[in-house]
Amino acid sequence: MQTIKFLKPSRDNIKNYSIIGSFLVLVSLIDVISNAFLKINLTSFLPGSLTTLFPLIIGLIGLNMMRIDYSGNKTLDLLNKNINTNNFNALLTLLILFSIIKALPQSLSWMILDATISGDSKDACTGTGACWTYIKVWFRRFMYGMYPNEFHWRINTAFILVIALGFVGYFMKDNLKKYLALYYVIIYPVIAYLVIYYLISGGSFGLQWVETGAWGGLSLTFIVSFFCLIFCFPLGMIFALGRRSNLPAIKYISICYIEFWRGVPLITVLFMSSVMFPMFLPEDFFMDKLVRVIIAITLFEAAYCAEVIRGGLQSLPRGQYDAAKSLGMGYWKMHIFVILPQALKLVIPGIANTFLALVKDTPLIFVVGLAELAGMLALAKTNPKWLGFAMEGYIFASIIFWIICYAMSKYSYNLEAKYKTER
Amino acid sequence: MNNIIKKFIPQILAILFVVLIFGFLTLNAQTNMDNRGIDFGFDFLSQESSFDVQFSLIEYSGSDSYARAFLVGLLNTLLVSFISIIICTILGVIIGVARLSSNYLIKNSAAWYVEFFRNIPLLLQIFFWYYAALRALPMPEKANAWFGVTYMTVKGYYIPAMIWENLNIFLYCGLAAIISIIVLRNYASKLRDTQGKQIPVFLYSVALLIVLPLLSFLFGGVSLGFELPELKKLSKISYIYEGGISLPPELIALVLALSLYTSTFVAECVRAGIEGVSKGQKEAAASVGLTPNQVLKLVIMPQALRIIIPPTTNQYLNLTKNSSLAAAIAYPDLVLVFAGTALMQTGKAIEIVSITMLTYLTISLTIAAIMNWYNKKIEIKEK
Repeated sequence: MQTIKFLKPSRDNIKNYSIIGSFLVLVSLIDVISNAFLKINLTSFLPGSLTTLFPLIIGLIGLNMMRIDYSGNKTLDLLNKNINTNNFNALLTLLILFSIIKALPQSLSWMILDATISGDSKDACTGTGACWTYIKVWFRRFMYGMYPNEFHWRINTAFILVIALGFVGYFMKDNLKKYLALYYVIIYPVIAYLVIYYLISGGSFGLQWVETGAWGGLSLTFIVSFFCLIFCFPLGMIFALGRRSNLPAIKYISICYIEFWRGVPLITVLFMSSVMFPMFLPEDFFMDKLVRVIIAITLFEAAYCAEVIRGGLQSLPRGQYDAAKSLGMGYWKMHIFVILPQALKLVIPGIANTFLALVKDTPLIFVVGLAELAGMLALAKTNPKWLGFAMEGYIFASIIFWIICYAMSKYSYNLEAKYKTER
Repeated sequence: MNNIIKKFIPQILAILFVVLIFGFLTLNAQTNMDNRGIDFGFDFLSQESSFDVQFSLIEYSGSDSYARAFLVGLLNTLLVSFISIIICTILGVIIGVARLSSNYLIKNSAAWYVEFFRNIPLLLQIFFWYYAALRALPMPEKANAWFGVTYMTVKGYYIPAMIWENLNIFLYCGLAAIISIIVLRNYASKLRDTQGKQIPVFLYSVALLIVLPLLSFLFGGVSLGFELPELKKLSKISYIYEGGISLPPELIALVLALSLYTSTFVAECVRAGIEGVSKGQKEAAASVGLTPNQVLKLVIMPQALRIIIPPTTNQYLNLTKNSSLAAAIAYPDLVLVFAGTALMQTGKAIEIVSITMLTYLTISLTIAAIMNWYNKKIEIKEK
C-alpha cells in the first residue's frame, strides 16, 4: 500500500501533483496520437508488449496522481468528478479515449480524405477510400426508384402538398378546432390518397401513367410508412377500445386479432400478402401489390398500436370513468371527450415508438419485390458496372435512416414534454 | 329490454362481420383453387422434398420429406435466436449499467451506442454485415489464426470441433452438480432462516460446478479431443478448411446484427429497471447494516429484476420474430426453407404460410403465457 499512498496527493502538494499528473496523461495521449496519425512509435525502445501498454500505464499513474476530493480548483474537481472517480473509471476513460483516437485516422481517411466524389463512372474511383461517386450517380435511383427521371417533380410536389396539408391543423381557427380529429382521421387520409394517386400514379390531367412497379427508393419508404401510419392509428384505437369492452364477443375478437398479429413476424405477413392473399380475392378482382403491402403492414402495426393505447386506457384512474358516467355521458361521449384525450396524451412516447418501428420495418417490403431504398441498393450492388461498392451504399442508407429515426425520436421527446400534465 | 338490445346488438353485428369476412375469403379461396386445380391438404409434408439446405443442425438431404425440411428450418431459427439472445443479454446489461455510470465518457459512449444501433433498420444492419463487412474478410488461404486455432474467413468462421468420449457421463456429472447446488441453496436458506447462520453458498456452488465434471474426466473415462480445421487445396486457386465446425457467414452476420440491434433495447430495459428502484430502498438497506454487495444482491436486484424481466422477454420475442429476416441473406431459417423454397416447389401457398405463421404464433404465445405466469408470481403482494 505504501507505493500507492506515495502517489496520493493531499491538499498541500496538489499543485505539483496535478501538474505532474496532467503532464503524464498528456504524454500518454501524445504517444497514442502520434502512433495513430503519424505512424510513429515513440516508445519503440521498450521491450515487447510494454510498448502498447506504455500509454495506458503512464496515463493511469497520471490520473491517479490528480485524484483528490475537493482540491479547490474548479476544473480539476470537475474532471475528477466526471471521468476520474476511481482507478477502474480512469482505466475505462483512457481506453475509450485511446480507441477513439485509434479509430479516427482510419475512418477519416476512408470516408473523407482518400474518398472520391468526382467523375461519373467507376473509373473515377481509384483511391483507397470510399467511392462517393457511386452514391452521386445512383442518387436519383436511391431516392425515386425506377420512376422516370423527367417526372420526379411530381413526387416532390405530392410530398410537399401532403406535408402542407398535414400542417393545416396548426392554422385552423378556434371555432373549427373541434373538427380537427375528424379532419385528421378521415378527410386528411382521403385527400392525401387522392394527391398521391393523381400526382404520382398519374393517368389523368395530362399526366402520364406510371405503374407502381416503377416506384421505389426512399420516396416509396415515405409513401408506405405514411399510409400505414395514418391508417393504423384509428384501427388500433378501435381494437384497444374493443379489448377493454365488457361485451365478451367484441372483447375476444379484439384479443384474437391483437395476439395473432403480434405473434407473427412481419416478413411472414408480407409473404402472406404477396402469395396467399390473391387466392382469397374474387377471381377477376385485381389489387395492386403496393396496396396489398400497405394493407398488410397497416393490419400488423394496428395490433401494436392497440396495445400501446390500451396501456394508456388502463393507466387512467377509475374515477375518470365514474365521473364521466355520473354526468350522464354515454359510452362514446365518455370516451371521445374524457377518456381518449387523456389516454392518448399518456401514450405519446409509446405511439412514437410504434411509428418508429413502422418506419424501420418498411425496408422489409424488399422481400416481396418492391424496390425501396434497401431494394435499390441490392439492385445497384449487382449492377456489373458498379460492383464492389456495397459498403458505401449501406453506409449511405444507414445514415439516411438514422437521421429520419433519430429526428422522429427526438420529436417524440418534445411532444412528450409539451403534453406532460402534472397528475 | 333496452339494456339487452344495447348489449347484444353490437356483439351480434361484430360476430356477423367476422363470419362474413371469413366466409367471403374462404369462398373465394375455394373457387380460385378449383379453377386452378389445386387441392387443399397437408399430405405434401410427407413427400420427398428434393432440395438441399446449406446449413442444418440435423442430418438432412434432398430425399427427406418436407416435414423434415420444416424441422431443419425451425432448428436453424431457434439456433440463431438462442445465440443472439445470449450475446444481446450480455451486451445489453453492460451497456445499460454503463448508461448509469458516473463517468461522463462512459455514460455518453453508451448513450450513443444505443442511439446509433437502434435507429438503423435491422434489415440494413444485416445487409451491412453480410454484404459489406464480412465480404472484406480474407480468403481462406490468407486467413490469420485467431486464438491460434480458429480462422475467420470470407467463407465463414472455422472453429475446432470437440470430440467427446462418454459424453453422457460428463453430462450426468454436470446435472448432478446443478442438482446438488439447488439442494445446497435450499439448505442454506433454511439454515439462515432458522439459526441465522450464513454459509458461503456461492463459493461452494462454483467448487461443485468445477469439481464434479473434473472428477468425471479423472474417473469416469470421459475424454475430450479437438478436431482442428485444416487448410485444403481444392483447385489451383480455391482453398477450403476441412474438419472442425464451420459457421457460415450468413449465421455470423445475422447473429451480429440481431444481437447488436436488440442489445440497445435490452440496455434501455436494464437502465429503466435500475432507475426504477427508489433511492430510499438503497438507503434503508444500508442503514440496517447491509454491505454494498448485500444491498445490490438482496435489495436492488430483486426489485430491479421485477421491472426488467417482462419487457426484456418481450425483446427476446421480438428478436426471435426478427430472425425471420434471415431470408433476406439466404440463411436457411424457417421462412427461407419452408415459406420460400418449399412453397416455390409445392405451390401450396395457403398451407405453408399458415404453418409458418402458426409456428411463430405458438412460440410467441407459449413464451407470453410463461411470462404472464411469472409476472403473477413475482408481483408484489400488497395487503
